[in-house]
Formats: sequence, structure tokens, C-alpha cells
Amino acid sequence: MAITLSGDQALPGPPLSSRLTTAQAWGIVLLAPYLLVFLAFVVYPVCYGLWLARAPENYVALYHDPIFARAAINTLIFLVIGINIKMMIALFLSGFFAMQRTWIKWLSVIFILPWAVPSIPTILSVRFMLNPEWGVINHLIFSFTGDDGPNWLNDPTVALSMAIGVHIWKSLPFWTLILITGRLAISHDLFEAAEVDGASWWQKFRFITWPSMQTLYVTCTLLSMIWTLGDFNSVYLLTGGGPADLTHVLATLGIRYLRLDQLSLAMASIVCAMPFVLPLVYFMMKRLSR
Amino acid sequence: MKLPSLREVGTEARLLLIGIPVFLWTMIPIYHMFLFAISPKEDAFSGKLWPDHPTLHNFEIVFKQQHYFLRDFYIQFWNSTVIAVSVGVLTLFIATSAAFAISRLKVPGGRAVLNLALFTYFIPAAFLAVPMYRTMGNYGLLNNHWSLILAMVTIASPYAIWVLKQASDKLPVELDEAAVMDGATTLQIFRLVYLPLMMPSLVAIGTYAVLLAWNEYLYAFLLLSNDREITLPVALGNFLAADDSPWELLMTTGFIYALPPAAVYYAFRRYMVGGLTAGAVKS
Repeated sequence: MAITLSGDQALPGPPLSSRLTTAQAWGIVLLAPYLLVFLAFVVYPVCYGLWLARAPENYVALYHDPIFARAAINTLIFLVIGINIKMMIALFLSGFFAMQRTWIKWLSVIFILPWAVPSIPTILSVRFMLNPEWGVINHLIFSFTGDDGPNWLNDPTVALSMAIGVHIWKSLPFWTLILITGRLAISHDLFEAAEVDGASWWQKFRFITWPSMQTLYVTCTLLSMIWTLGDFNSVYLLTGGGPADLTHVLATLGIRYLRLDQLSLAMASIVCAMPFVLPLVYFMMKRLSR
Repeated sequence: MKLPSLREVGTEARLLLIGIPVFLWTMIPIYHMFLFAISPKEDAFSGKLWPDHPTLHNFEIVFKQQHYFLRDFYIQFWNSTVIAVSVGVLTLFIATSAAFAISRLKVPGGRAVLNLALFTYFIPAAFLAVPMYRTMGNYGLLNNHWSLILAMVTIASPYAIWVLKQASDKLPVELDEAAVMDGATTLQIFRLVYLPLMMPSLVAIGTYAVLLAWNEYLYAFLLLSNDREITLPVALGNFLAADDSPWELLMTTGFIYALPPAAVYYAFRRYMVGGLTAGAVKS
């Protein structure tokens, strides 16, 4: 269609209305706010960050920084050991909380608290409990054994375990809740039939519960891994990365470089995690957008 | 009354064997925080499980701002509130419009936007914080509440869109068609048909965004630094800077700070558990 001019009004090509219904035009207007936020606060920062991290010297510097290697190993321990312990406890507890008892219902209401309350006061509370001189744990150890307790956060292995413990404390309720939903979706008839056949609890779990929940469990584990990579609080608030920067994970290490005004190193350390994160993200997106 | 059989007692005992550790595990850090809040300094540091002289004196110090660290307590509380509410409102606005456009208006490219949102949802928060900090500097927003508000909206929106889109898809399409037959415009459908039906999900998402922003530490700590601009969690973190931190006051302030989210959570629990867990993992 030719461009027609009538008076001083120019119509570029076919009128918009013939290509878009009013509803779709509104749709674009309504999507615009999110797209703007996405462009300004995700696309631009990510591209800018990648640009900052582009120089190979950054990666050489990271390679030579022993703190980086340590943080990478700590992150792996967090993900592989911490997450699996957490998810197994969540799977176990989901069975416990799915029981029909009044007192268990009340307990489940309390159980959710760590997830609902903010991290900082509770993690600092744990930090003080672990204080070697004034903490309640070493006071109890002293009153029972007469010996001084260990300096919990002074040994990197112990300190990292404690950080994993704090992470589990905080996020266990959420995953338990999701796995309860999964359990409650299993048809009750199956269990009744198994009961009639005299199946043990292990057989019921092995042949009914686990097969129905396997997919959900794997999805939850992967999602939890992605989120745990972004968990700054558990480590930073409990150990601050110490002692001697030996308990950093990638999430706190990036921020540490940032605080030291080494932004390109901060970005480079995150870029190094991408080969692990992107497959997880790709897999999760495929799962969720089926 | 029927006496429980031996087997029932055994089952109950075994359940208690799980229930009691779970209760202790959950409550100890929270109880410890509360214990500090009601303890005079000497009791708090002596490792007692209950103070000899429980007192509300710490709360008095906090509320009267009688300590160097607490000079700006009220303004910091107010900052936290304003930021959390703004994040809730903005997230609801952005996510509801987007979910309506994608799910009800079937806008071209809607699927792509949903995937972009999902992608953002999966970027680990601490990883995005690094470039976000620098970007906010480039925008000239550092130490301005808008930086934290916009950052939290960026983080909350993807999940909000995702949950709301799924809830929207469950509404029957006939409702929209009937409204169109009656001559309703798109905006009227949005306002008069869509929003009322989506109310439970909107409450869940609004609460989620408010709690997310209220509880946020990392972004607040990076983006705000001026004592009168920071939020409560950053102020709590700053307590640690001192060599002899007033831990009993830190815990008291922390306890006060943790109360609103706990209260909000319990008030909206019915909406939140269903709405949020449904969206987290579609199984």
C-alpha cells in the first residue's frame, strides 16, 4: 500500500489498527513497564558487567588468587553437600508434617518462622550463640564438662559447616512446604491398598511416595542450587568470609571484590560461575515452561 | 473414653522423637534473640537460659533512642516501611499488567517476555548485585531510596508475573468474552472483571514483595550508606562495626524488626502458602 498524504497528516504504511487489535495494543502498553525494568536493571547491568570483566588479565588474577579457589571449592561443598542434606531432611519432614495430628499442625505453623523472619537478626543470634567466650553453647559445654568449648568460627571447616547449618535453618521450611504439597497430591487409595497388602513404611515410600515425588524433588533440588548460589547472608552474616577469608563462597567473594573497589574482578568471579549456572537455568526454564 | 492402644502410644512417641528436635531446631535462634532482648547486659553475656531479672529496659532504650547506634532508629524504621510498601505497590502494578497482557490479551511476544522474566528469576541475587550496584551509580541513584526500590522490584517482578500468569490462566476465558459482548473496553475488563477475580493471588504477591523488600539485607547494604537513608537491617549490620557491640540492643532491635514480617506472614498465611508454593515449582 502506498503512503498517502492528505493535508499535512502522514500515514506510514497500513494503519496500525489493521495489524493490531485494540486489545493487543493495550497488551503492549501493559507489558511496557516490565520491559523497561528488565532493560534498565537486568540487560544493561549484565551487559555492562560483562564488558567490565572482558579483559583476560582479570581471569589470570583470579586464577592466582588463592581466596578465589577456596571460594569455588566452598561453593561446591555448599551446593553438593549442603543442598542434598537439606533436601533429604525436607523430604523426610514433609512426611512427618503430612500426618494428621493437631499438635503436628501447630508445629508446622511454628516451623515456618525461620523462613518468614528476616535473616539478619536470626543469623546474628546464631553468631552470638557460637561466640567462644560469651556464647550460650560454650557456657553449656563448660557447665557440663568443665572444659572450654571450641572456638566455633575460628576453624574454616567448622565455620563453613555452621554457615551451611544456618542456610538449612533458614530455607528448610520453604522446601518442606513444597514437598508437603507434593505428598498431599498422591492418591490416598494407593497407600490404603498397600496397607491391605501389608507393606512396610519403607516399601510404601520406595514404591509409592518416591516415584510420585521424584520429579518434584529433582526440580526443587536444582532450583535450590540456583538460589543458594545467590545466598549471601548465611556466610557473610555468620563468618564474614573469615577466618582469613577461608569461608567465602562465590556470592560473598563477588561482594568482597566490590568492597575492595575491584569491580572487574568481582564480575569476573561471577562470570566464572556461569558455566555451572547456565545449564541449571536452561534446564529449569525448560521444566517450568513446559 | 477409649484408651489408646500400645501401638498408638508407640507411634505417638516416635513422632514426638521427631517433633521435639524439630521444635528446638526451629526455635533456638529465635528464642535466643528474644532472650537477649529481655535480659540485662550481665545476664545476656552469662549464657543463662532465662534471665534472673527479665526486663523491658532494652526496649525502652531502643524506643527512646538512648544509644549512639540508635540515633536514627525511627527514621530507619520508616525507611524500611516506605521502601517495602513502594516495592509492594510497584511490583503489583508491573506484574499484574504484564500477567493480564500475556494471559488474557495474548499479546504477541508475551511468551518471550515470560521467558525473560523466568530467566531473571533464576539469576542468583548476589550475582546480579555486583553489576546492579555499578549501574545504580551510573544512573546517579546510589544512596537514594529509589535505587533499592527499583532493585527490589526487578527481583520481585519475575516471580510475581510467573505466579499471576498461572493464576490468570485458570480464569475462564468466557468471562472476558461475555464482558466484550456487553461492550466493555479492555481497561474495563481489567478493572471490573480481572482484578476482583485475581484478588487472592494479588494479596499473596503483594505480601511476598513487601516481605522480600523488608527483609532484604545485601542490596540495601550495597545501595544505601547514609545513616539517615539506610533501612533497619543495614543499621543492624552496622552495629557489628564496633569492637564492643551492644549485643542486647542489637538483638532487641532485631526482634522489633522481625515482628512485622512474622505478623504479616501469619495474617496472610492462607493466601501465601497456596499462592506462593503453587508458583515456585509447577509439578
